[in-house]
Amino acid sequence: MRRATTSSAQTAAPPLDVDRLRRDFPILSGRTAGKPLVYLDSAASTQKPTPVIEAMNAFYREGYANIHRGLYALSLEATEAYEEVRCKVQRFINARESREVVFVRGTTEAINLVAGTLARQRLEAGDEILVSTLEHHSNIVPWQRICEEKGGVLRVAPIDDNGEVRLEAFERALGSRTRLVAIAHVSNALGTVNPVAEMVRMARRREIPVLVDGAQAAPHFQLDVQALDCDFYAFSGHKVYGPTGVGVLYGKSSLLETMPPYQCGGEMIRSVSFERTSYKEIPYRFEAGTPDIVGVIGLGAALDYLGAVGLECIAAHESELLSHATEALASVPGVRIVGRAGRKAGVLSFVVEGAHPHDIGTILDQEGIAIRGGHHCAQPLMERLGLPATARASFGLYNSHAEVDRLADGVRKVREIFGSCPS
Amino acid sequence: MSELMDLYQEVILDHTRRPRNFGSLEHATHRAEGHNPLCGDRVAVSLRLDGDVVREIRFEGKGCAISTASASMMTELLKGGEAGLLQTVFGQFQDLVTGRLIEPPEDLGKLVAFAGVAAFPVRVKCATLAWHTVKAALQNRQQPITTE
Repeated sequence: MRRATTSSAQTAAPPLDVDRLRRDFPILSGRTAGKPLVYLDSAASTQKPTPVIEAMNAFYREGYANIHRGLYALSLEATEAYEEVRCKVQRFINARESREVVFVRGTTEAINLVAGTLARQRLEAGDEILVSTLEHHSNIVPWQRICEEKGGVLRVAPIDDNGEVRLEAFERALGSRTRLVAIAHVSNALGTVNPVAEMVRMARRREIPVLVDGAQAAPHFQLDVQALDCDFYAFSGHKVYGPTGVGVLYGKSSLLETMPPYQCGGEMIRSVSFERTSYKEIPYRFEAGTPDIVGVIGLGAALDYLGAVGLECIAAHESELLSHATEALASVPGVRIVGRAGRKAGVLSFVVEGAHPHDIGTILDQEGIAIRGGHHCAQPLMERLGLPATARASFGLYNSHAEVDRLADGVRKVREIFGSCPS
Repeated sequence: MSELMDLYQEVILDHTRRPRNFGSLEHATHRAEGHNPLCGDRVAVSLRLDGDVVREIRFEGKGCAISTASASMMTELLKGGEAGLLQTVFGQFQDLVTGRLIEPPEDLGKLVAFAGVAAFPVRVKCATLAWHTVKAALQNRQQPITTE
């Protein structure tokens, strides 16, 4: 049923057996509004495969204890299991060392960590932090706050009408006062894949550290932080088929070592007296308190799962889904695709003439189709696009071409209800 | 599908496509802006009161079908009436859209079309945004805003 040709770069990967993979996700066999669930909101959060659910269950049943402190076997084994996931993450993003992997609650906390340590330490009045127009609020507000605190300036690299950050404009926005660049790898609202490696090169020439918000990239293609040469990379467990409550901050060890603690408490100290406290080495310095141990175990299972399925195959499959969906929706009268970047991943934003994205969401929900409608936590981007909101379908490894067709049918129903010639 | 038809009744779609009393009032005695942070929808309502009578009322903003139609039909209902009417009708309207009214009272008039919202709890905020905004406008009596 599927077109045989897609972009030649991605034809090398063998096709995914989506029917088989779907059986790994218990929720996908459910129904909503009396119809089979079509889950097209993976950019908000992915569903969880049985191996992740089972790994967490099994750990609670058989392997659970607090880590890094027990003298008994159960605690030592739990610690080993936890630390093994750090190594899995290291391989997943191709970090040089496992101590460059800090476990956090999610991308938001990872960004707040860097804002609250490195940026707070380095920023002086008049210094600049550079973001782009298409950032998620979580890659805007932490920087805004630190700029307010330090008298710094938040600068914004603009996008063009296709939703792309142009490299020339980005380079022009880098200045002698730029102290940090924070940029999304993939836009959560438009799916734009930013040319992050080139951006890092431009910043590197000026000795400016770069944080990459990888929340929307990690589930879609193979990461390599060494190839990107970024200083920080952040992503969330729950968007890579793992549990909520856990995420990763990668940081180059040379930088992490210069950074003060983020939160303080147990786990992150070497010794404490009322006069003076010394802190542990990285990454433990940044992991105060008992972490989300079981979340980390679940993340490890999710990365194993992704490894077994193969990120190249996932990327190829999702790229086909995205082009199929783009064509299918663009052929519905009154539909306009928002975001026409040359490279996109996982996300399709659109608007329907005469129908607000909320109404689209409600109508599709009645068809069993879960999408998101709103500003996608990217209000400055919506402002730039001149739209109050968009409807967003986003894809995961478990989505099928038949589901894309159901989406297109659902959008046709929206048109039926809202008519073809609104005011 | 029938729940959808109940939600998007013809009268609602009509007000969505052609909102009544749309725009901003020049000599308003009361104004307020409403915002639904969940979806980013905004509505601004301006009124001109003469004593306790709503002489003029307008709204503007971008919102979904439910919030636009609700704002439009609300302005029709309030225009020319006493401002105190808002309190009674708003209470009834809230009961209607949350499914607490079995027999809608006559005061609601055409607004009974919004009964279908009750089947869609996430849309209740859309239906009541303009109402909350008018209430805020009436509570914070401001100096008339004038261009002269």
